[in-house]
Amino acid sequence: MSTLRKPAGTTIAAHAILITYTLIALFPVFVILINSFKTRRAIFREPLALPNADSFSLIGYQTVFNQGDFFLYFQNSMIVTVVSLTLILLFGAMAAFALAEYGFRGNTLMGLYLALGIMIPIRIGTVAILEMMVSTGLVNTLTALILVYTAQGLPLAVFILSEFMRGVSDDLKNAGRIDGLSEYQIFFRLVLPLVRPAMATVAVFNMIPIWNDLWFPLILAPAEEVKTLTLGSQVFIGQFVTDWNAVLSALSMAILPVMILYVIFSRQLIRGITSGAVK
Amino acid sequence: MTALKLENVNKSFGPVHVLKDINLTVEEGEFVVFVGPSGCGKSTLLRVIAGLEDASSGTVQIGDDIVNDVPPAKRGIAMVFQSYALYPHLTVKGNMGLGLKQEGQPKSVIEERVDKASKMLDLDDYLTRRPAELSGGQRQRVAIGRAIVRDPKLFLFDEPLSNLDAALRMNTRVEIAALHRTLSASMIYVTHDQIEAMTLADKIVVLRDGRIEQIGSPMELYNNPANRFVAGFLGSPSMNFLVRSVPGVAPGQTIGIRPEYLGLRADGQIAGQVTHVERLGGDTNLLVRTEQGETLTVRLFGQNDTQVGADVRLGFDPQMAFYFDETDHRVLPKAA
Repeated sequence: MSTLRKPAGTTIAAHAILITYTLIALFPVFVILINSFKTRRAIFREPLALPNADSFSLIGYQTVFNQGDFFLYFQNSMIVTVVSLTLILLFGAMAAFALAEYGFRGNTLMGLYLALGIMIPIRIGTVAILEMMVSTGLVNTLTALILVYTAQGLPLAVFILSEFMRGVSDDLKNAGRIDGLSEYQIFFRLVLPLVRPAMATVAVFNMIPIWNDLWFPLILAPAEEVKTLTLGSQVFIGQFVTDWNAVLSALSMAILPVMILYVIFSRQLIRGITSGAVK
Repeated sequence: MTALKLENVNKSFGPVHVLKDINLTVEEGEFVVFVGPSGCGKSTLLRVIAGLEDASSGTVQIGDDIVNDVPPAKRGIAMVFQSYALYPHLTVKGNMGLGLKQEGQPKSVIEERVDKASKMLDLDDYLTRRPAELSGGQRQRVAIGRAIVRDPKLFLFDEPLSNLDAALRMNTRVEIAALHRTLSASMIYVTHDQIEAMTLADKIVVLRDGRIEQIGSPMELYNNPANRFVAGFLGSPSMNFLVRSVPGVAPGQTIGIRPEYLGLRADGQIAGQVTHVERLGGDTNLLVRTEQGETLTVRLFGQNDTQVGADVRLGFDPQMAFYFDETDHRVLPKAA
């Protein structure tokens, strides 16, 4: 494939389209970033101008750090996202392995049942979930969020991972069995490393919606000590007055962890997305 | 002593009956080859022996123990797979030592056995490499090494040469034969390639549709096939089966003549026209269409300048012909 030469025009056009898209996609992020370093007046006077000596201000960041428990919110978001992702990946991979590897009765039915969750949005069940959380006493805990997000992420994880796991060579698993590896060892030591790109894909697809979610934190965990970052940032948005400096600063900082995680996963992610296509 | 004994082994996948009443004994030190067309159940049979599939009924005995309920790792077997199945994240040494490590053998024993196997297979220079950095032939040697290291009662090979190119296949075949002589271990080898079967086996088991068609040494099967399937499967080019072209064959019977036993003779019983010639240097294969409309292959030794389109007469020694009845079983020639 790489020896196939494409005409220069096509290459330039492709790059032009991709660069244009990148610029459009990054523009809002860029506007948030530059405005977070400006004074309130400068934000409204020239929203698209870069901060200069005159308009530069860290007032937004100061507000964020002084008011509210920003670090606590940050920590809450981090705990919820990381624990949910871990659980989604662990249980999703285990379920996928079972579906892909063992021909038990009802296998197909179980696979369909698990895939059903992809088609039905979990928010439809919000009222029922809230009632359940109230009766189990989990309202205003991070556990509530983690459980909901894990449930939300599992269907797609099982669906994607089981497809990949079917692709892992049977001979390899059988070689492991003959060498005396237990089924758990086969799963953790032989199969998981081979489906790492798929795991990264699932992680990224799940990470961003969880990190950005406002709905469930608002309903299930609105208390001060369990607020997530997205919910915490809402204190700066009032009905009549909105502290834009603070909002923009909070959002700028909220981008960071997602970006860091994305960089960690991205190489695997690209392999995961393309591996089906170029085989 | 017997290395393996199968008694009335059956295997079904749901309604599909894959193995039917398999009875087989493998003596200690014997090299047994399972051969048959794809889908005949030979790989399934190997997997039942290995314990990767459970037999639906019947008993599997390895050495003195009935192993139906014993997991693969404890059956005293080692297996070499067609796709090599090396652990991609381990080095060659790690791959070869993993089985022993799982058994809980001390490090010194693992070192010693890996060392011995790698010497035997010329793998010393590659011990620290990962499978991805090895060629196909080297990977296959590592897979064989992994089997040797475990010092099994029974070696199982599942079409180990299918992924190798022709030259390498020949070399590896010789290596496996040499290995069998050195280790004098019992081996079971599955292949669909009759040349591998003929060259390697002490005993060939021909399978078709989940049944054993015939068991015997390569020359026994070649000289004395029990039925038309075995006769046609072993030998290359395969045997000619004629109904009409040879005078004196009773109705309902088929005569089988191997291509190498046919010759160009002026007084031959079969008349026909050459439709194709394959010149291999050492041999020349003629495809001949008989006057009765049947096609047969003639293998002439050495080079021959017969041209396409030539009219020829073919003769054979009646002693070297086989006769089969309507059910394809071998019979004595009926007096016509």
